[in-house]
This record gives sequence, C-alpha cells and structure tokens, in this order.
Amino acid sequence: MACASAATAMAAMPTGTSARPAGGEQPVMAKVGLTVNGERRELELDTRTSLLDAAREHLHLTGSKKGCDHGRCGACTMLVDGRRINACLTLAVMYQGSEITTIEGLGQPGDLHPMQAAFIRHDGFQCGFCTPGQICSSVAVLREIEAGIPSHATADLGKVAFSEDEVRERMSGNICRCGAYPNIVAAIREVHEGARG
Amino acid sequence: MKFDTPAGANPIDRLKVVGKPTDRIDGPRKTTGTAPYANDWHDPQSRLAYGYVVGAGIGKGRIAGMDVSRAEAAAGVLAVVTAANAGKLDRGAFYVARALAGPDVDHYHQAVALVVAETFEQARAAAALVRVDYVRSEGVFDLAAAKDTAVAPKAGPFVSPEAKAGDFEAAFATAPVRIDESYGTPDHAHAMMEPHATVASWDGDRLTLWTAIQQMNWGVRDIAKTLGIAKGNVRLVSPFIGGGFGGKGTILSDAVLASLGARAAGRPVKVSLPRPLMFNNVTHRPATIQRIRIGAGPDGRITAIGHESWSGNLPDGPPETATEPTRLLYAGPNRLMRMHLARLDLPEGGAMRAPGEAPGMMALEIAMDEMAERLGMDPVAFRVLNDTQVDPENPRRPFSRRQLVECLRRGAELFGWERRVAKPGQVRDGRWLVGMGMASAIRGAPVMRSAARVRLDGRGMVTVETDMTDIGTGSYTIIAQTAAEMMGLPLDRVVVRLGDSAYPESPGSGGQWGAASSTAGVYAACVKLREAVARRLGFNATDAVFEDGQVRAGNRSEPLVRAAAGGELVAEDGVEYGDLAEWFALQTFGAHFVEVGVDVDTAEVRVRRMLAVCAAGRILSPKAARSQIIGGMTMGIGAALMEELAVDARRGFFVNHDLAGYEVPVHADIPDLQVSFLDEIDPAASPLKAKGVGELGISGAAAAVANAVHNATGVRVRDYPVTLDKLLGGMPEAA
Amino acid sequence: MKPFTYERPGTPAEAAAAAASTPGARFIAGGTNLLDLMKLQVETPAHLVDVNGLGLDGIEPTPEGGLRIGALVSNTDLAADARVRKDYAVLSRALLAGASGQLRNRATTAGNLLQRTRCPYFYDTAQPCNKRRPGSGCAALDGVSRQLAVVGSSEACIATNPSDMAVAMRILDATVETVDAEGTRRRIGMADFHRLPDERPELDTTLRPGELVTAVTLPKPLGGAHVYRKVRDRASYAFALVSVAAVVRPDGTGRVAFGGLAHKPWRVEAAEADLPRGARAVAEGVLAGARPTHENAFKLKLAERTLGAVLHQARA
Repeated sequence: MACASAATAMAAMPTGTSARPAGGEQPVMAKVGLTVNGERRELELDTRTSLLDAAREHLHLTGSKKGCDHGRCGACTMLVDGRRINACLTLAVMYQGSEITTIEGLGQPGDLHPMQAAFIRHDGFQCGFCTPGQICSSVAVLREIEAGIPSHATADLGKVAFSEDEVRERMSGNICRCGAYPNIVAAIREVHEGARG
Repeated sequence: MKFDTPAGANPIDRLKVVGKPTDRIDGPRKTTGTAPYANDWHDPQSRLAYGYVVGAGIGKGRIAGMDVSRAEAAAGVLAVVTAANAGKLDRGAFYVARALAGPDVDHYHQAVALVVAETFEQARAAAALVRVDYVRSEGVFDLAAAKDTAVAPKAGPFVSPEAKAGDFEAAFATAPVRIDESYGTPDHAHAMMEPHATVASWDGDRLTLWTAIQQMNWGVRDIAKTLGIAKGNVRLVSPFIGGGFGGKGTILSDAVLASLGARAAGRPVKVSLPRPLMFNNVTHRPATIQRIRIGAGPDGRITAIGHESWSGNLPDGPPETATEPTRLLYAGPNRLMRMHLARLDLPEGGAMRAPGEAPGMMALEIAMDEMAERLGMDPVAFRVLNDTQVDPENPRRPFSRRQLVECLRRGAELFGWERRVAKPGQVRDGRWLVGMGMASAIRGAPVMRSAARVRLDGRGMVTVETDMTDIGTGSYTIIAQTAAEMMGLPLDRVVVRLGDSAYPESPGSGGQWGAASSTAGVYAACVKLREAVARRLGFNATDAVFEDGQVRAGNRSEPLVRAAAGGELVAEDGVEYGDLAEWFALQTFGAHFVEVGVDVDTAEVRVRRMLAVCAAGRILSPKAARSQIIGGMTMGIGAALMEELAVDARRGFFVNHDLAGYEVPVHADIPDLQVSFLDEIDPAASPLKAKGVGELGISGAAAAVANAVHNATGVRVRDYPVTLDKLLGGMPEAA
Repeated sequence: MKPFTYERPGTPAEAAAAAASTPGARFIAGGTNLLDLMKLQVETPAHLVDVNGLGLDGIEPTPEGGLRIGALVSNTDLAADARVRKDYAVLSRALLAGASGQLRNRATTAGNLLQRTRCPYFYDTAQPCNKRRPGSGCAALDGVSRQLAVVGSSEACIATNPSDMAVAMRILDATVETVDAEGTRRRIGMADFHRLPDERPELDTTLRPGELVTAVTLPKPLGGAHVYRKVRDRASYAFALVSVAAVVRPDGTGRVAFGGLAHKPWRVEAAEADLPRGARAVAEGVLAGARPTHENAFKLKLAERTLGAVLHQARA
C-alpha cells in the first residue's frame, strides 16, 4: 500500500536541535522545487510558509489574494496538479514537484484566457480582489463538471451536467462581497457554451 | 468652476461614450491579477519587513503590564511597537477609536502591539509571545440594556438628532388606523474581501503609505494628525482597493501601526490586519433599535409618521442615522424623527454602505408593509398614495427629480406583482412556501467639491489624474468616459490615474457621492483643457466642437493631437457647489421586488428572484451601475437573512469574528438579479446630470425580503436577520 | 505559529514512529483545519509529519463486500467514487454538503474525521475554553451558543462536531483503522471513535497519542433510500445548524443520525425502531435529556422537522 520511495521522502530538521531557547526558536528552512505557471522554481522557505505566501512574497506572484488566510473566502484559489485548492491553508513544503497554476498563468492583459475575457464582458467583478480566485475556480469548475464530479446541487448523483444551479453551488467557496455573483455565473455559462461550440 | 444653477446643455449630452454599457477599463488588470492592491506592493530594493498586530483580549479595561521581551528576542524581530514607545498619538478627524491601546483598552482587539520582523512568519510567531496583563473594567456592551441611558446625539453635517413637522403626537393619537412597532437591526460587518493593509515607508520626515482607503484627502489629514506630522510630508497611494463599503473611509490601525513600525525598524513595513482581528479591531455598522409609529386615515393617507432610533457607540462616536430616510420618503403633515445615542464599549460603529438608509429602511419598509396590511391595501398602492413631490418638512423645497412612483409601477409590472396573493401563507410550490414582498428605496445624492488634472500629450492621449478612488465602483471607467466625451475621443485614447494623494483632491468614494462628484471635477478640468486646445489651434472655445479626434468650428477642422504638437497641454480645475441642495432635495429612488421560498419543514429562506427599478439621474455606465445595484441587493439579502455580528454581552466583543462565523451571501444564495433603470437626467445634481447608485441598491432591499417572508409564511419577524429559528414557531404543522 | 520541523515519511509505520519519537509532533494531511488552527495559535506543534506520501489514497472493495477507504482519499474523490455514489449515497451527499470545492479537494477522509469543533470560543485564544485550555472554563455556556450542542454536552463543554461526513459514516457503521508506533493495528467502530465531552473536552476522539488513522472501512451496502439533509442559514459553505443522515428501507425501517446537535455524530439506535411511526416519535428518543441553551433550543424542533422532511424525501 505504501508506495512512496525513500527518495521522495524529505525532512526538514533544524541543525543543532538542542539549541531551542523558549521564545527564540529559529525558523526551520526547507528546500522545495515547484513548477509555477510552467516555470521551474527552487525556493528555500521557512517551513511555516503557506503556498499562498510562497507565491506572493517569494515569487512576487501577487495575483492570488489573501482575503482571510483561513480557507473561508476563496480569494487565494490556485490550481495545483490540476485541482483548485485554497493556497492559504497549505504549506509550500508539501508541494515538492507539483505543478501550480496561478491567475497569472491563465492569461495576461493582451492575451487573456477565455474565462478572463468573459469576466470582463459580463462585469463579473467590481473591486477585483476576489476575482483571481473566482476565475481560477471557474476554470476548475467547468473541468469538474466535465469530469463528472458531483456536487450538492446534483439531483441525480449518477448524472452530472452543467446548469446555473450547479455553478452557483460549486462556486460558493469563492465569496464576492461586491456581489457580482449573477455576472460571474453569466461569464461561466458563456465560456461553457463557447467550449461546447 | 462653480455649479450653482442647474446644468444646461453641454458636450456630455451627446452621449457618444457616456451612458454606453462599456467594459471596465481596469478589467484586464483585475482579471489577470496584475492590478496592484496595497499588500501586493513590493520593491526588490527596499528590504520590506512585516508587521503583525496583537489585539487586546478584553472588551474594556487597562493594560496593567506588558512583557515584550520574548517577542523582541524572537528570531528575525526588528521592533515591537507599543504605547510605551510609540510616542504621542492623536486620533484622526473621522474615526474616534484609538489605533493603539494603552494604558486603557477601549474595545476588544484594539491593537496593543505591532511586532515587526524580517518575515511574515517570524512576525506572526513573535506576536504570539507578547504577554499582556489586563485589568478588566465594567463595560457596557448590550444596546437593549443601555437603551434607557441614551441621549440626543450631537448635531453634525450627517446628523440631525431631531426633525419635526406639525404635531405628531396629537395626530397619531387620533389617527383611525395606526401601527406602533419596534424593530431591531444587528451590528453588521463590512467584510470587504481585501483586509485593511498598508505598506509604510519613511524617507527622512516624508512618509509614503501604499494603503487601501476610500478617501485620500481624509487619509492624509488623519495620518498627519494622528502622528503629529505635516500633511505636506505625507503621500498616500491607493490605486486599487479591494472593497470598502464605508469601512475604509480613512486611515485605520494598519496605516498607523505600519507607519510606527517602519519608523522603529528603519525599513518599509507591511501590515495587513488578520481577518479574525478585523471584526473587532476596526469599524462596523452599529446595531439599532427602532420604534416606528404610523397613523393614517381609512383612505390610507398618512397623517402622522414617527421614527425613533437608538444606537450605541464609543465616546464621541456618531449615531447610526436610521431615521434620515423617513424624513423625505413619504408624505404626511405630522412628523417626528429622533435619534438616541448610548455609550457602548463595543468596537467603533461607523459608516457602512448607505449609513442611515440601510438600517432605517430595514425597519421603515416593514412598518409600511404592516400598515398596508392593516389598511387592507396593496403595499405598492399604499406607497404610491403617499408619495410626495416636495420635502414634507419644507413643502417649498421640491425634489430635483423624484420618480419613486414610476419605479414602483414599473417594478410591479415587470415583476408580475399582480400575481401576489395578499393573504400570507397561501402559495405552495412543492416543499416551499412562496411569497412576494417589496419595498421602496431612497438614498441621498450628495455632491462634493472635486478636482482633476487632464493632460493632452503629443500622441493624442488624454491622461486624467485625480485622487479619486475606485473601490469597485467603476470610477476608472466613468472618469475615462467623461474625459473621452468631453475631448471627442474614443475611450482607448484616455488614461486614468487614481488613488494618489499627489493628484488633485476629490472627495473619494463614500456616501454615494463619488461618481457624480469626481466626474464633475473631470468635466471642469476638460472644459479648461478644451479652452487651452482651442487657444492653441486658434479657435474660439465656445464655438469649437470636439468630435472624432478633431476640433471643428465653422468649416475648419484640426486634429486634436496637433494642439499638443508644441508640448503637452495641462489643465486643472474642479467643481465648487453652491446652494442648490438647499433649493432642491437631491435623492435617488428605487423599488425592490422579491420572491422567496421558505422551506415548509425547516423554515430555511431562499431568494428565488429579485428586481430593482432605479431612478438615479443620468446613468454614466449602465454596466457598472447595474453591478453596483446588484451588489447592494446582494448585501441587502445578506442583511435580511444571515448577517449579524453576535455580541457576547458579558465579555464585550463580536464573537463570530471570521468569515465562517459572520456569514455573508455566497453564490448559492443569489439568483439572477434583475435591474431596470428609468430614463432620467437631473440637471440640479451635477454638470453630468448624474447621481450615484452605489448605495441605492441596498436601501430597502432587506425589508423587501423580510416582507416576502411574511407573505410566504404569515410570520412577521421584526428582528433581523430573518433566520429560521425566528420562523419555526409559526410554520405549519410538520407533514 | 511556532517554527516546526517537517518530514514526509514513506510508510504508515514510519509516520507513526516519527510522531511517537518527536515531542509535539502532529500528522498533517490536507492541513485545512490544522493550519487554520496553527495560524491562530490554537494548535502549536513543534514537528509536522506529512502523511501525504504514505500511499493511503485508494478505495478498495473488502472481502466482506464493503469498501476500504484510504485515510488520505480526498473528500472530492470519495464523494465522486462510483461505488460510493451508488451504494453509499448518503456518504456522497454528506461530503458534498460540506465545505467548498477547494476544501474538499484538499481535505482527506481521516482529516475530516479529526476536524475540531468550530465553536468560536475554541478559536479565540483570549477566551476561556476547556477544550483548548483544560480547566480554563467554557465561555460558550453563557455566551454565543446558537450553533452549539443541545445533547450530550457537559458543564465543561457544549461544542459540536462540525463534520458532515462523520454523520454518514456513523449510520453506515463504518470502522476506523489505525496503526501506532509499535505497529499495533486497531479497529474502532464509529460509535466509539468520537467522544462526548464529559469532563475531558480536550479529547475529541478515542485515538491514542501518536496513533495514525490509515483507513475507514464500510460494511456491505445497506440498500434503501439514502438521504442527507443539511440545514443552515446560507445555502452553501456553512456548517450545519442541524443535519440528518438517513437510510430508510421501503418498509419504513432504517437508521438515522444527526449532525450539529452534539460533540459527536448523534445516533440513538434505540430510537430507530420508531422510524415507521414518524419523526416526532424518533425525535423524542433521540433528543431525550437534551440541555439546550436559550439560543439554541430551536434546534430541538428543527431536528424533528428536518427528520420529518428527510423521511418524506426517503418515501418519495
């Protein structure tokens, strides 16, 4: 059952573990290699560094936002190995070798991802702070529906299909206090219909 | 430019760019994560350090002792700022709470220290090592219990403690049909998605703050006053702000502490309030208790209307002005509005989206629903009957434009209001009880002095600079539209720079004044630039037509860009307002219509559809304006159904201080929302004949939902939020 | 958050041994609750043992006709598994009612079982909380308690278990499999896995220190209609006020358990005999001895009515 080889095991133990004065603990540093938006990045990080802070403070990829830092708003949503997660609630050191896509990796001004363009057309944002997370989540939601992953809104667990109720349920982990929800749903619908051709 | 008579015809009326449903010009940056918000700021040269705030663990009392030695000794720590070493700190001129506690603690999670370290992780860890000994003192945390201690608040620019007309008591006592009810609205959190954040950097005596605030001019004034430094030595930069809703009016603890931390560490310091600290550290919309009395004749005409409101605040803090909307919304010769303010030791109560109107209308518009029911009248008809075209307190003062009746009628028609069954609890759809409700909306349309600078460069680009902010409102876009219209250019020839206190002063984003005020300032600057262009090209400015990148008069036409051939043309101006607001009541109006389903078993409430019809002067950008309205409706749904800062009245704090505990609507709560704008221009409002819409959408929205719940169930809930526990007792027997 | 050392072992035995040999060690899988609490200084481990490399992420049939779910199977994958959707639909439904898509992608089966209460006083280190700091008192008893427990609580604690998944696991009679540092394996029935707070609210479960959850097994399918109903103020991304998991056979008999009522998934087997008689009869047994606060007494009526709705749905 346990198939991870010793080579993938990694440890980050401080040198001289005896030197631990109360209150003056030194940070524990660890190396981690990630592929971020297609680019290989090697970092040496404090083990406490969240994946979000690694991107924002160390790689200066500040598109992913820290709205709550506790997994309760979705503004930090990234795609990790193809799946959306809250980058604030996970440690960067746990992602050795992972493929990470942030909002910057989806598209740039002048070369927008279809979802980014649809958000602009439908005014799917106002202040823009939750927007990178909303867009990353939107891209993943369409993939999840395509992959047949059910949701709370799925009436028949055996039949997963696009609907606006499905989108609303699946996007509920991305809070937008400005209240752009109907416009976001319209943008996602447009991309879904565009993809279906 | 002076604006003291209603606007005549001007170049904006061409509506080639203004009034078009254009995409936001900041869209490509916001959707790609390349729009820089305050805590995105970084500069490889600057050795940025990180500050972490320690919040007080008591609701009221005193710091008896503090031990910061372990924090100071912790790895990476550069400085620990406390009241002991911060120097003398004043308060700003808007918020009353002190940014840093000590020795007194005025409210829960008031900052007691800032720990500055090399990294965020180190600062956070060291912050946990600060030891504080508190002496608690008795605090007042329960508005209902403190209600009888409330006094009349001080009058101020936004506060009229009492307003009267006729003889309310006598008229109410003799009115044939009456209601006299009490309503409660809880404390609300702004819960904007971007936490309060500042990067502070000192260069000698000069302080630069990359921060997130709505009003740059207030921010400069307040940080200078707080720190005791010259305003001229302060620069604030807020090009993008992740929502504010009144909660980022001016500088707060993050800005003050980042400034102190940067000074102590000798390096730029970034401070972002941790989300769990925000709910008690900064401001919120205060709770209210409201009493509404309405008397009417059997014909439904209101003869007496009384609205009183009780709220609490820290010493010197203002009241929630919940009675304001009632002064102007309905007719009735005998009127009494009164505010009462209690001292509370909870965190500071402040402005939140439509202060006054939002909580006031939550109560008033239920009361109107109750009154209509008592009269046996349709709620729409009851409101139409009691419309007034003049200020009821001063009948010689007309409204500049008032289309409330048109909003009500159009809304009723679009929504299918005639299908509503007046008797509650009659409509079933499977396991859902279905009901419809409605409410009026009113929100003031103030305008404030605002300035801008415009430049025409040798490439024919027009650049606008003003310290106006865009908190999601669409300022970038409507300002670009204004300049493009004025200069006869397409939108993509205009660059807009906002949110820098080095630019000409605007009133910022707040009070629904931003759109009308800031575009007026841009208009004025463009008028000046047109004059400069005309001079340069040898035209008479009053004859020249600016269109399609050309300047034309008579049969001569010159490219606009030629005016800058000899060098950039720069013009700066602003708009000063006369006393039009004394001659006219300037307000925006609307009507909300809602259909809800209430689960027959669990009493869960879900909004099925909702419509707002709005009349708010010229709509500069229909796309952004619609978004502002649906945003307000969404916040109104939150206020109706879930939002409440839960007070622990023993320990004196808001307990649910995170985004799981304080629930705001998520996608699944919000159906497709419909918005319809009436055609309207309001020449008394501004040179663009425009008014704001940022706060109109929330006004009345919650009450419309509450009224729909009553129509669905027959249960009248007068204490928000309308949660299932308040409905269960009145639901039909279980199946 | 204190500095901590970190390791990622390759086998369950190594993981258990690592946890046992390092003071202040904690396992981390998804981290969606542990890191949340570490940021607030509620949890302060000195060493994290990352169990994501243990290969415990498969779902396999058991010889008894059930399923063995690896401890690290994500909530998304478990809910989407075709066998779970078909034969244990109540489990899929419960999982999908919880958290958000992002969190379900990261949260694991074992982590979900081990998530801690969402009582706001537990989360605020300035407040007394017997669960967080034994002996410090319970601020919730006379504080804000709308979300908190109405049954099975004690003078020391009125926290609720926030898991949806665990409620479904409870009626499915799932078994938790563990291993400890000595390599000893243990099987714990769901009824015994979570505890009531009594005077030791700091203990959520009957796991021993250093014991690692490796899998959860489900007995062979029960058949019947599977329903999970979660009641909350907002329509999604919120913890339950009350939830009901039920498996009901065509003759009206079945099983039922409740979330949002207690320190553990709340199931009273003796009351299930009353299922054919309807919700009120069952609720009387299930809620016997309830001790609600003035803020959460509504949960009693709500539980009964929600059960009524569930039985209605199961019959439909």
